[in-house]
Amino acid sequence: MSTERDDLTIGVLALQGAFEAHLEALARCDVKTVAVRVPDDLDDLDGIVLPGGESTTMSMMLERNGLASKLGEVCSGSLPVFGTCAGLILLASEIVDGRDDQIALGLLDAVVVRNGYGRQVASTEVDVDVDGLSGSFRAVYIRAPRVTAIGDDVEVLASRNGDPVLLRSGAVLASAFHPELSGDDRLHEMFVDMCAAQAIEAMMNDTTLRTGCESACATERTS
Amino acid sequence: MSSEEGDQNPAGTATMRVKRGLAEMLRGGVIMDVVDADQAKVAEDAGACAVMALERVPSDIRRDGGVARMSDPEMIIAIQETVTIPVMAKARIGHFAEAQILESLAVDYIDESEVLTPADEAHHIDKWAFDVPFVCGATNLGEALRRISEGAALIRSKGEAGTGNVVEAVRHLRSIVGDIKKITQADSAELFEWAKRLSAPLPYVQEIAETGSLPVPMFCAGGIATPADAALVLQLGAQAVFVGSGIFKSDDPATRAKAIVEATTNFEDPHIVAKVSRGLGAAMPGLEIEGLDTRLSERGW
Repeated sequence: MSTERDDLTIGVLALQGAFEAHLEALARCDVKTVAVRVPDDLDDLDGIVLPGGESTTMSMMLERNGLASKLGEVCSGSLPVFGTCAGLILLASEIVDGRDDQIALGLLDAVVVRNGYGRQVASTEVDVDVDGLSGSFRAVYIRAPRVTAIGDDVEVLASRNGDPVLLRSGAVLASAFHPELSGDDRLHEMFVDMCAAQAIEAMMNDTTLRTGCESACATERTS
Repeated sequence: MSSEEGDQNPAGTATMRVKRGLAEMLRGGVIMDVVDADQAKVAEDAGACAVMALERVPSDIRRDGGVARMSDPEMIIAIQETVTIPVMAKARIGHFAEAQILESLAVDYIDESEVLTPADEAHHIDKWAFDVPFVCGATNLGEALRRISEGAALIRSKGEAGTGNVVEAVRHLRSIVGDIKKITQADSAELFEWAKRLSAPLPYVQEIAETGSLPVPMFCAGGIATPADAALVLQLGAQAVFVGSGIFKSDDPATRAKAIVEATTNFEDPHIVAKVSRGLGAAMPGLEIEGLDTRLSERGW
C-alpha cells in the first residue's frame, strides 16, 4: 500500500543544525517539506525529522520557541519521526553527559552518550551495512553520540563495532550518523515509506475518510 | 555533495566531508568568543552552538594594542573541561606551530584569524596538513576561494572585529553573495575571466557556477552586537554567526547572548526578534570605521 509522495508533508525541525541538508534530501524524495520553528508548523505533518546540530542548543530553543510539549505530543501519537545524531539524542530515554535541563523525549528506549566517540578529530566516515538496503551506506559521524543500551522493542538496522548506529522502534527511526551528508537518499526514502504507510493507516482508522482511503490505496506508486 | 565525490573520498577521519560536516552542524547557531571557562559556561547556558577561545576579545586587543597571540593552552583545556559544546580556538595567520598546538589539544575547529597579529606576511597556513578543520575570514569571494584552496572547511566574513559596527560584515557578505550570483549568470568562457579577476582556482569558480553557492558553509563575523544584527546578516545569506566583543562587552552578557541565539533561529520573524530585543541594557560601545587606527580586516590577502 502506498500513497502519492507529493501528498505527504514532512517537517524538519529548523531551530539549529543541519536542517537545510535534510530539507534538500526530502525534496529529492518528492515530498512536500516544512521548516519547523514554531508550534503551528507542527500541524498537519505526515512525519518529522529531528536533524543533527548541537543538542543542547536545540533543546533550549525547543523550550524558548514553545515547541517542546507539542513536539512530544505529536510524536508520542503515531507521527513517524527520524532523528539523526542530535535528533537521536532528543529522542532517547536517557542522555549521559547531557545538561540537567536537556530534553529527552523518551520516544526511543535507548541510553545515549553525547559525543561518545570523542571530539571532532574522532569524527569519521565509514561504510556500514544496513538491514533492508542492498550495498553499503556511507555513514558520516560528526562528534557522534554513542548508543550504549537499548530496550527489547528497539530493532538495530546497522552497527559500528558492536554499537547500534541505526535503530527503529515503531514509528521512530534514529541514526547516530548523518545520512543527509552522504549524498545517498536511501534512508530518507526508507523514512518517507514509513510516513506513507502511516498516512494510509491513519486514513484507514478514520471512518470519515474511508472512501478517500480506498482511492488512495488504489493509487499506484509514482516513485 | 554528490555521491560520486564521496566515492573518491577515502573512508576515515579528517576527510573534507567530515571537516565541512561539523560546520553544517553549527548552522543556524551562534559561536561566542570567550576568554575563560566562566564566560564559556555563560555562553553554553545561553544556547551557543560552540565557543571560540581567545586571549582577549577583539575590542580589548584594539584598545590595548600589542601582539595578540594564541590563547594559553591551560585556558583552552579549562574551557574544554567546562562545556560540552564544540570548542574552537584562534591561531595567528601563517602560524602553523600555534595550529599544531591547538590540534594537539583536540580543539574542534581552528580559526586562522586576522584578529590576532599575523605571524607570516606572505603565507597562510597549509590547512590540508591538519586533521582539525579550519575556519578563515574573507572580505570577498576571491579571498574566500583562496582560503578554501588552502584547505579551509568554513568561511566567515571578516567584518571589522571589536567595533560593534556591522557595516563591514555587511559589505563583505554582500560582496561574496553578489559575486556568486553574477558567476551563476556567466557563460563557461566568462568563468576563466572570473577566476583571473578573483585570483582564485578555476575549478571552484566552475563549481559555484553550477551550484550557486560557496563550496563550504559561510558564516558571518565581525561587529555583530544586537539580535537585529544577527537577523540582518542571516537574511543576507550568512548561515550562522560568530559574536565576539558584542556579548561580553555589553551590560548584561547572559541575557544578550540568549537574545542573539533566539534571533538567529528566528531571523525571518521580526515579531520574535523584536520580543527578544526588549530590555537588553546597553550594547557594547560602537566605533566608527573611519576613526580606526588599525583595520583588522586588511590582515590576510
